Amino acid sequence: MERCAARRAPEEERRVRANAREYNEKFQYASNCIKTSKYNIVTFLPVNLFEQFQEVANTYFLFLLILQLIPQISSLSWFTTIVPLVLVLTITAVKDATDDYFRHKSDNQVNNRQSQVLIGGVLRQEQWMNVRVGDIIKLENNQFVAADLLLLSSSEPHGLCYIETAELDGETNMKVRQAIPVTSELSDTSKLARFDGEVICEPPNNKLDKFGGTLYWKENKYPLSNQNMLLRGCVLRNTEWCFGLVIFAGPDTKLMQNSGRTKFKRTSIDRLMNTLVLWIFGFLVCMGVILAIGNAIWEHEVGVCFQIYLPWDEGVHSAFFSGFLSFWSYIIILNTVVPISLYVSVEVIRLGHSYFINWDKKMYCAKRRTPAEARTTTLNEELGQVEYIFSDKTGTLTQNIMVFSKCSVNGHSYGDVQDVLGHKAELGERPEPVDFSFNPLADPRFQFWDPSLLEAVKLGDPHVHEFFRLLSLCHTVMSEEKSEGELYYKAQSPDEGALVTAARNFGFVFRSRTPKTITVHELGRAITYQLLAILDFNNIRKRMSVIVRSPEGKIRLYCKGADTILLERLHPVNQDLTNVTTDHLNEYAGEGLRTLVLAYKDLEEGYYEDWSERLHRASSAAEAREDRLARLYDEVEHDMMLLGATAIEDKLQQGVPETIAILTLANIKIWVLTGDKQETAVNIGYSCKMLTDDMTEVFVVTGHTVLEVREELRKAREKMMDASRSMGNGFSYQEKLSSSKLTSVLEAIAGEYALVINGHSLAHALEADMEVEFLETACACKAVICCRVTPLQKAQVVELVKKYKKAVTLAIGDGANDVSMIKTAHIGVGISGQEGIQAVLASDYSFSQFKFLQRLLLVHGRWSYLRMCKFLCYFFYKNFAFTMVHFWFGFFCGFSAQTVYDQYFITLYNIVYTSLPVLAMGVFDQDVPEQRSMEYPKLYEPGQLNLLFNKREFFICIAQGIYTSVLMFFIPYGVFADATRDDGAQLADYQSFAVTVATSLVIVVSVQIGLDTGFWTAINHFFIWGSLAAYFAILFAMHSDSLFQMFPNQFRFVGNAQNTLAQPTVWLTIALTTVVCIMPVVAFRFLKLDLKPELSDTVRYTQLVRKKQKTQHRCMRRVGRVGSRRSGYAFSHQEGFGELIMSGKNMRLSSLALSTFTARPSAGWIETLRKKKGSDGSTAGSPSGAADKTLKV
Amino acid sequence: KKMENKTSFLPQEGEVRPSRCPDNSAFKQQKLPAWKPQLTIATVLSSFFFTGTFCLSVGVCLILSANSVREIQIDYSDKCSDCSKLRENSSNWNKECHCSVNFTLKEDILGDVFMYYGLQNFYQNHRRYMISRSDAQLLGRNVNIQKSYCTPFTTYRNGTPMAPCGAIANSMFNDSIDLFYNLNSSVIQVPLLKTGNSWWTDKNVKFRNPKSYNLSSAFAGTARPPYWQKPVYLLDEEDERNNGYVNDDFIIWMRVSAFATFRNLYRRVRRIRQFADGLPAGNYSFHISYNFPVTKFKGRKHVILSTVVWSGGSNPFLGIAYVVSGTAATLTGFVITAVHLKLRKKKTYFQK
Repeated sequence: MERCAARRAPEEERRVRANAREYNEKFQYASNCIKTSKYNIVTFLPVNLFEQFQEVANTYFLFLLILQLIPQISSLSWFTTIVPLVLVLTITAVKDATDDYFRHKSDNQVNNRQSQVLIGGVLRQEQWMNVRVGDIIKLENNQFVAADLLLLSSSEPHGLCYIETAELDGETNMKVRQAIPVTSELSDTSKLARFDGEVICEPPNNKLDKFGGTLYWKENKYPLSNQNMLLRGCVLRNTEWCFGLVIFAGPDTKLMQNSGRTKFKRTSIDRLMNTLVLWIFGFLVCMGVILAIGNAIWEHEVGVCFQIYLPWDEGVHSAFFSGFLSFWSYIIILNTVVPISLYVSVEVIRLGHSYFINWDKKMYCAKRRTPAEARTTTLNEELGQVEYIFSDKTGTLTQNIMVFSKCSVNGHSYGDVQDVLGHKAELGERPEPVDFSFNPLADPRFQFWDPSLLEAVKLGDPHVHEFFRLLSLCHTVMSEEKSEGELYYKAQSPDEGALVTAARNFGFVFRSRTPKTITVHELGRAITYQLLAILDFNNIRKRMSVIVRSPEGKIRLYCKGADTILLERLHPVNQDLTNVTTDHLNEYAGEGLRTLVLAYKDLEEGYYEDWSERLHRASSAAEAREDRLARLYDEVEHDMMLLGATAIEDKLQQGVPETIAILTLANIKIWVLTGDKQETAVNIGYSCKMLTDDMTEVFVVTGHTVLEVREELRKAREKMMDASRSMGNGFSYQEKLSSSKLTSVLEAIAGEYALVINGHSLAHALEADMEVEFLETACACKAVICCRVTPLQKAQVVELVKKYKKAVTLAIGDGANDVSMIKTAHIGVGISGQEGIQAVLASDYSFSQFKFLQRLLLVHGRWSYLRMCKFLCYFFYKNFAFTMVHFWFGFFCGFSAQTVYDQYFITLYNIVYTSLPVLAMGVFDQDVPEQRSMEYPKLYEPGQLNLLFNKREFFICIAQGIYTSVLMFFIPYGVFADATRDDGAQLADYQSFAVTVATSLVIVVSVQIGLDTGFWTAINHFFIWGSLAAYFAILFAMHSDSLFQMFPNQFRFVGNAQNTLAQPTVWLTIALTTVVCIMPVVAFRFLKLDLKPELSDTVRYTQLVRKKQKTQHRCMRRVGRVGSRRSGYAFSHQEGFGELIMSGKNMRLSSLALSTFTARPSAGWIETLRKKKGSDGSTAGSPSGAADKTLKV
Repeated sequence: KKMENKTSFLPQEGEVRPSRCPDNSAFKQQKLPAWKPQLTIATVLSSFFFTGTFCLSVGVCLILSANSVREIQIDYSDKCSDCSKLRENSSNWNKECHCSVNFTLKEDILGDVFMYYGLQNFYQNHRRYMISRSDAQLLGRNVNIQKSYCTPFTTYRNGTPMAPCGAIANSMFNDSIDLFYNLNSSVIQVPLLKTGNSWWTDKNVKFRNPKSYNLSSAFAGTARPPYWQKPVYLLDEEDERNNGYVNDDFIIWMRVSAFATFRNLYRRVRRIRQFADGLPAGNYSFHISYNFPVTKFKGRKHVILSTVVWSGGSNPFLGIAYVVSGTAATLTGFVITAVHLKLRKKKTYFQK
């Protein structure tokens, strides 16, 4: 299976020659084969064993095993260690093998995808893994890009092609890539086969937005930039086909370079457990030292005299040396305080919990047919401790579907769902959607529930007509008509798509456009408007306009934009209408809809001519072109007439607000990290109830410099401090500011705040000297939204919280841009079921809907944590109770490292007698039913505060264990010393004592697990009773005649069980030990329950007495929020698209031929596009130079 | 429009792919029926009072029955000081030494009377001591004891293996104790049983003599352990079934004690003639053939006469421990009642 080549030394630069496999092979570039698996059949055993012995625990047990082979110190037979060790290694190896098998499978699946490769002038179907660097491959629409390609040519004019980069950076809007002009003509295979250009470029790296290289072809030199590249993981859209030259393949692609090595995640319990194991190890050494000193003294005082009966071993000449040997002997017999089965049991329990997650029907999404999946089986209990959730927006909180939901036309609001009686209908009882069958061009997927709007259209309401006319004209959408009446819109932003589609269904069908015209079917009539100008959108203007000339010759400007901007630019006569529309806008905003205001203005012919002339001059001006244009736009977009407003629903995933509300009640802080724009992000914040108008204040940090950001953060903090001071918390601000406990003060702040920070500011805020300040401010806020963040920043934010807060973080996302964050956070969750699987592959858990998160955390996480804590407490308890008996016995047996128990009992205690009941508890226990953990989110808090298993709890457990061990030894000791059996023979022989102590130990720990188990399923019953039965069965078997006859030196306890256990005294001893060990525990537990009940106890209690109390949980009001209106100009497209349209560069030649296209001075629209992008893009800022400039060599 | 509906409906109808939906079983959905025990005041109090009562009654029974046990314990390590001095020098190992210890029974000891020897400070539970035996050898098998843990009591310098090997066997208690009843100046030896004192499994399963036509030939080629005065096949010359490895005294010695102070059953009083009801009151004396040295390791030797009841010999510990824990449990029950009534927080969470 070793098909993927091994890694080579890093390269300095890359040389790739097209269509020259032999030439490229010289460099031994990685092939396009991807390998994420670790082993193959041959290497599995050695590599896996090597890895396993890197685990400290396993090495430790190996070391013990070696110690046991030295006869002088071997106080236990070798098999007491090797049996558990082999068991552990086998279980782990089987698990690793299964994991790797699935990795092989997924690798194969990816590697075997088909792509068309141009070999010898013929296109051949090849598997992805056979694609080599330097190959030319053909991509078709909606295909995944197989490797990092240099775009050579495409079906679209000018070598343009559209890609969706959701897999890579999570941005769902389409991007344009363009081939360099010389290659864009290579459109058929014969030409391409003759192409022999050579690319020299940078070595493989992980920078998604940068590429630098040069193409040498026919003695010419052409610079290449990222604008010419198609990266692996992208999807080709709206482009029939394109050809690309493979530059980077397989592991060298930017996608794979970005995926990085999966860090092995450990849970906080793991880390605590490791610390505790170290402590226990220290404790073990201490005990060993004490007993070794005891041994030295004993041998010196007593042993010397006893030598006539028991001479020292050969080679032991002094008491001191004997003590030294005894140290090691004690290390061996006391090692069971850190049993090897601990690690296996923990893994088994986690595996069980993972299966419960996989099996959960309530986390299965029927629509996408995806069940939840625990991809990592080692993190479950951490799910019960999450304090911070970092969520992506698009695709995670929202569906990234924009729906035209409501509108306000001429003071009349449409779009409320009404029932038969005309009342506002609640969700769920929706009537039939409006029937658009009158319109043959309608989009069947569009749904609208308010019939009155369609009636208004049909009745010919001029305002409504104008409203939809505007929607059909004022946009930058491209249309495509594959066959008559089958329209496809290529919208750069889904918002625009939604608006144009709405207009289409209401009878104003945008049919086609040329650089100079727009053809619209208005209620069946084809009307062609002359497109005079597109006044494009940008961040500052927050609006866009078109100027069109109607067939009648009237010139009209149509404008749509953010309410804050547009309402100021209306003609004063609109005052009354503005008031009504503003009310509607508030209403829409309250429902979390994204709003736009629409307006128009008639222009005089003469004025337009003049303006147009000035525009022409401005756009060809060399300097201050932008400013001059902006001023001209500003001038014409004035005194407009209000038409109405639209409200677009950015459809949230199902149940998002409810989930967020419950998680917030569970004291989990949710941060939204999104690449989206601030307005959009804030809007979503409101619609999913993260931000509310009840909040005291929402701070917005948008500073562009370090100082600004620092100032803004400081102001925010000051405000919060002031507020809480004025609320009477009464602390001195100055004093606290200087104190180092600023964080805790800020966390105790009264009032709800939220913080919105954008990408530039975040970049500064994340710098080393400000990160603490930022974190303090952010953590004091109930909600934090970071917008316009890059994938790297997402990870940095998570890293920051991880670094300074001792809190468990969870990152949830769906796109490749979330991968870094998912990998950085303690727990990564991927939203599955969509096209992209990068996030899922990097995640620890995956499911298809955000709302399942509450079940994952509050039910599965909580239970896992609870179970794991109970398991660990009990586990340490039982092993201390078991092992410490040897310590006490040491004082009575001359510190000779004699064990109290039979060696078989020692071997089997942890793996047979006591393992299954505690495993059953660890897997099945439930304190409260699952519904309750949703009803009382506060039940989640013990996990966050780490209350159920921490150092204190650990000490309580081992104290209980030591207490038990003391009784376990001294009660039988008291009884047995000098006692005789009822038949007169000695009772206190070693073997009887061993059996008595072992039996009472097994009974005591079984009763204790019975006490700890709160949820006795049939399995628990079976395991607990079964373990006891197994103990006795094995005891009698081990002490049977036949085994002794076979191995007399091994099974020395022959006949012991029936002789000892026939004694009433022995049973009375066992009963007394049990009572004395258990009753205090019962008393303490009950008093704790009675005096200081935990919430879960109370919930259980009420459950028990079946009080039909009204649950005081949250009530989710669906009532619209009335209040602040937010600018909802939510276009997510890049500016400059208008110019692209007007230049006609993206038009098909066929459509261009029809138009009256004259070469406008639109030279270098790409340059403009890039320049604009550079200035408003947050991190890109790459003045990558003119791509299509040709340099002579 | 209708066509649209139909096509969109088709994929669901023609469902052929296996559903990935998890099974709706109680196990997989974690909804197994379960018993959910809880600590309530009723269960806790009843368990405490029940335990208290139980422990108290058992404790009282134990104390009462333990009080009915009669026991006489005589330390003879000092009373035979001459002998103990003699034994300190190991070169005198084959010199016999006798001493006698007198005592008086003021009352009759009725019932079965058991005679024990007790050792103090003899660490039979030492690890190296305990492993120093070969059970295979004691089972009469011809095994290579070099491989066992018997060292250094394995073979003599000339290669003759020891039978039995090991430190335990070598250090076997070899005093012989006889009991005499002084009745009106006549001395009657109390009849003592030396067999039937060990576990049936030990006597019949765990220990076996090597098979041969007679015992001495069975042990041919082996030698007695160094501290023994006679070879193993002469341990009881009178009773073939109590000789060699299956000798009761040897078997009892080989069942090592858990603690350094212990008593082993030595003889039982045979209930015939005057002793049919036990030991009558009067003067007695132990005649001891003193072979086992204890002074070297500061040990002490006792000889003990005792009766037994259902709970074994006299050991007040268990009875007292039961009474104490019974009392504690009952008191705790009262404390819990008081605390519950006085201090408990009202379960007001839901009223808040």
